[in-house]
Amino acid sequence: MSSTGWLAAAGGSTQSIPAPHIEYGQLSPMLVVFGAAVVGILLEAFLPRRLRHWAQVVTALVGLAGAFVAVLVLAVQGYGTTKVGAIAMGAVALDGPTLFLQGVILLVAVVAVLTYAERRLEPKAGGEPADAFAAQASATPGGEQERSAIRAGFTTSEVFPLTMFAVGGMLLFPAANDLLTMFVALEVFSLPLYLLCALARRRRLLSQEAAVKYFLLGAFASAFFLFGTALLYGYAGTVRLGEVAEVISGNALLTPALVSSTQNDALLLVGLAMLTVGLLFKVGAVPFHSWTPDVYQGAPTPVTGFMAAATKVAAFGAVLRLFYVAFPALRLDWRPVLWGVAILTMVVGAVLAVTQQDVKRLLAYSSIAHAGFILTGVIASNRQGVGSVLFYLLAYSFVTLGAFAVVTLVRDSKGEATHLSSWAGLGRRSPLVAAVFALFLLAFAGIPLTSGFTGKFAVFQAAAAGGATPLVIVGVLSSAVAAFFYIRVIVLMFFSDPQPGGPTVAVPSAFTATAIGIGVLVTIGLGLLPQYFLDLASKAVFFVG
Amino acid sequence: MSVLLTATCAVPAVGAVVTAALPAGSTEARRRNTKIVATVFSVATLALAGAVAARFDPDGARYQLTESYSWIRSFGITFALGVDGIGAVLALLTAVLVPVVLLASWHDADPAVAPPEGSFENRRRTQAFFALVLAVEAMVIVSFYATDVFLFYVFFEAMLIPMYFLIGGFGDRAGGPESARQRSYAAVKFLLYNLLGGLVMLAAVIGLYVIAQDQGLGTFDLQTLTAAVADGRLQIGGTAEKALFLGFFFAFAVKAPLWPLHTWLPNAMGEATAGTAVLITAVVDKVGTFAMLRFCLGLFPDASKTFAPAILVLSLIGIVYGALLAIGQKDIKRLVAYASISHFGFIIMGIFAMTSQGQSGATLYMVNHGISTAAWMLVAGFLISRRGSRLIADYGGVQKVAPVLAGTFLIGGLATLSLPGLAPFVSEFLVLVGTFSRYPAVGIVATFGIVLAALYALLLYQRTMTGPVKEEVRGMPDLKVRELAVVAPLVALTVLLGVYPKPLTDLVNPSVNATLSQVHQTDPTPAHPVSADHGTAQDGTARSGGEHK
Repeated sequence: MSSTGWLAAAGGSTQSIPAPHIEYGQLSPMLVVFGAAVVGILLEAFLPRRLRHWAQVVTALVGLAGAFVAVLVLAVQGYGTTKVGAIAMGAVALDGPTLFLQGVILLVAVVAVLTYAERRLEPKAGGEPADAFAAQASATPGGEQERSAIRAGFTTSEVFPLTMFAVGGMLLFPAANDLLTMFVALEVFSLPLYLLCALARRRRLLSQEAAVKYFLLGAFASAFFLFGTALLYGYAGTVRLGEVAEVISGNALLTPALVSSTQNDALLLVGLAMLTVGLLFKVGAVPFHSWTPDVYQGAPTPVTGFMAAATKVAAFGAVLRLFYVAFPALRLDWRPVLWGVAILTMVVGAVLAVTQQDVKRLLAYSSIAHAGFILTGVIASNRQGVGSVLFYLLAYSFVTLGAFAVVTLVRDSKGEATHLSSWAGLGRRSPLVAAVFALFLLAFAGIPLTSGFTGKFAVFQAAAAGGATPLVIVGVLSSAVAAFFYIRVIVLMFFSDPQPGGPTVAVPSAFTATAIGIGVLVTIGLGLLPQYFLDLASKAVFFVG
Repeated sequence: MSVLLTATCAVPAVGAVVTAALPAGSTEARRRNTKIVATVFSVATLALAGAVAARFDPDGARYQLTESYSWIRSFGITFALGVDGIGAVLALLTAVLVPVVLLASWHDADPAVAPPEGSFENRRRTQAFFALVLAVEAMVIVSFYATDVFLFYVFFEAMLIPMYFLIGGFGDRAGGPESARQRSYAAVKFLLYNLLGGLVMLAAVIGLYVIAQDQGLGTFDLQTLTAAVADGRLQIGGTAEKALFLGFFFAFAVKAPLWPLHTWLPNAMGEATAGTAVLITAVVDKVGTFAMLRFCLGLFPDASKTFAPAILVLSLIGIVYGALLAIGQKDIKRLVAYASISHFGFIIMGIFAMTSQGQSGATLYMVNHGISTAAWMLVAGFLISRRGSRLIADYGGVQKVAPVLAGTFLIGGLATLSLPGLAPFVSEFLVLVGTFSRYPAVGIVATFGIVLAALYALLLYQRTMTGPVKEEVRGMPDLKVRELAVVAPLVALTVLLGVYPKPLTDLVNPSVNATLSQVHQTDPTPAHPVSADHGTAQDGTARSGGEHK
């Protein structure tokens, strides 16, 4: 559609190029977030250093809240349920999954920004309160420049606008209605994340290593995605998801040139495989998971929490849209592959987590196992599948945010004490923190009356209804393995004796306390009374085709 | 709609929250307040559970006092409660035992002798213990009253968590330096076994829902499902039914526990405090056997019949194996645990013999085993707390020093070996008769379990209580008033239900018959008719002479 319009404009030299029709109101969630990001950059440039932190926190929170209100207004107006459609010349889909996931991403981002804003945990540097981020990221770790930056009390308040750009990209990713928009969104949210990973205040080398690994592998995955897009364009002559589906099912009117290329299934299948690789990398599914533990461990913990929660939401949104909108006709081709990936992901994630000695790496492997559980919902390929994945993402992301927020509290003189042995006896020193962490672990393990159980039940139920009973059985058994390592941490915290000179639990400011409190509330709330959100998720299952 | 059932479940739950929120017990007086508050809540629960049993009309509908509230509509899940005779009796048993356990554990959760300065854990220990016990009580009672498969599953699983902290967090004072490690091992083993069972059941629960949904029954409501199974509206089909049955049964067999899934029980009961051990074997494990009766038989009648012979063999092995290992134990608490494994064999045998006597007997057995094992275990706990050792070899001649303790210990032991006149005899006899009428060979072999029970119970008494007084035992104080208050009601119930079990059988029999009709089973025509409710007591006493002496 758009390509023909473009050609007509170019052909008639007297005509001017028509301005694209943009529905600003319907795009407002993304526009508000990007706007806040730009304002953040300006604040960074013009405000004196000591004002920046608060200005950035307020800007980010106001921007996210504004965007969330925009999502709510759109939902109330019926976009997503009754008025679904493609907007921005067909580049963006405004439908149920879009609005639901955008809402989740924005809430996740609010909680993440709260953990970013924490400045009470680190000792003061140069007389100024310090946050979890490097004083000066460009300085050589351990060098004189870095020491002087710390003495001067520098902080990297750019993290806020960077995060806002990432959030903007994540809002677009699950909403992208064509492959190129999807690719652009992928890059928009990935690049700031690569940077954020490198910004840890402590253990700078580990942090930089994490960023390099993430960047190299991420760039590789993006290249796969882009190449897949090119091959599919070669096959179908379009990058619009709905039109690709039409071409595959043979309902589209084809130009003579396309008729011959649609004979070539290799283009289609290889293209689909490459797109799948790109997306599975982002969700951290086996065998594209190897970056996860290193990056989760090296990144500043607030960033890890944000990344673990929000990236998963956005990426699974894109996975759903890709498979359900563009390739429903190829279900027989992609389902067996995803079966294999899901089984591998659940088993490998759960088994490797058992041997981990670092709490952040443990949570990383646990996130891999959870990616496998979510994939079982994707494989269901029915309405319940979409609804259950949406609900699982909501439930999982708040547990994850809460768990990483607790990790920031357990500290010794070298910063966060993430080695598991130093968590021994935490339940005796600070029972409240240990109990909260135990709650999050039980939710990860899927114990009833927590949000994790509701989510797990929903995806497994959808998978069983979609005829994937063996997957459910594998899922249940890997849940049992996973339960083992979650419980191991609980044993360590409650039934082991504290080490002398072990870590202490720092008292956080209201920011982190609020973030953890929200995590606890959502975890218990979605466990006890999930009906409203299940309804919301099941209302939001219709994709615009 | 009466809210009696919800209230019965809610009172202990509220009690748990209130107890946990009470001010930390840094002084003796504050700790006592905590304990009293928790006990008051547990007694209130007892009153409510008693009211439920009293208001239950045995001749009325299958499920009574029903309540139903929408919970998770998307999955057809309701918060549906209802009570049948079996559930009413077992909930009442729970409500009787919990105050007793609390009273028996009065000092078990006091801080260590010299608490480290500012140690939070020590200040909160008492609250934590009493709150956790009440939480377990609430969850167990919901499980007995639940008439929604999913609701049952949720609480069946969730009760593992407070149980786990009770086992791992509050050990036996008698343990050596290794005891903390062994305790946490026992707690993890308990949790992993039961969690695995629960997860397998989760797969089966999902399978059941999906199959029911395909046939237009998107619900977890037990009454709807069993009715649909009975009149053929819900056809699960051969292989699927077998798989689902095994999924459910696996979870219940781990919980009960049935040989060979029993290995967590001796660890857990050995390392936990005596009160917690009673909670495990007399309260929580009963949910497993209760659920076999209610869910396995009601939802999967054909598969139940198919697997009954295999399950009978396993339970038979359990009866003999548990008894033999009990004889060989050096540790008093582990001995009680193995004895319980043997008894669970009897209960499961009674259920799957598929006769009304067998199932009535199994239900009574759950109650009687709960009461008698509680008495036996708690007295053993009092004994162990005096000497600071769980080893049988460390005792001798206690009856000369502490006659009342020894006497109650003997009564507990005699009840365990099913002495006629005491409650367990009635149920064991019913189970054996019920099994014999359908599977004579199984009944005969199981009878050896009784002989072995006499061995382990009496040998334990002989080794610890009789003989010359050991040096360390000299001067051992007899039971105190609190301890007497713990033992007295249990002994009284053991005797009372031994001579007059009619109130219990009247409550239980109609529900058992309803269960049997679900599996389309009728009793085989007996050669010598035994009336299940009327004749037992007299019958039992009459036959006892020949069997036991």
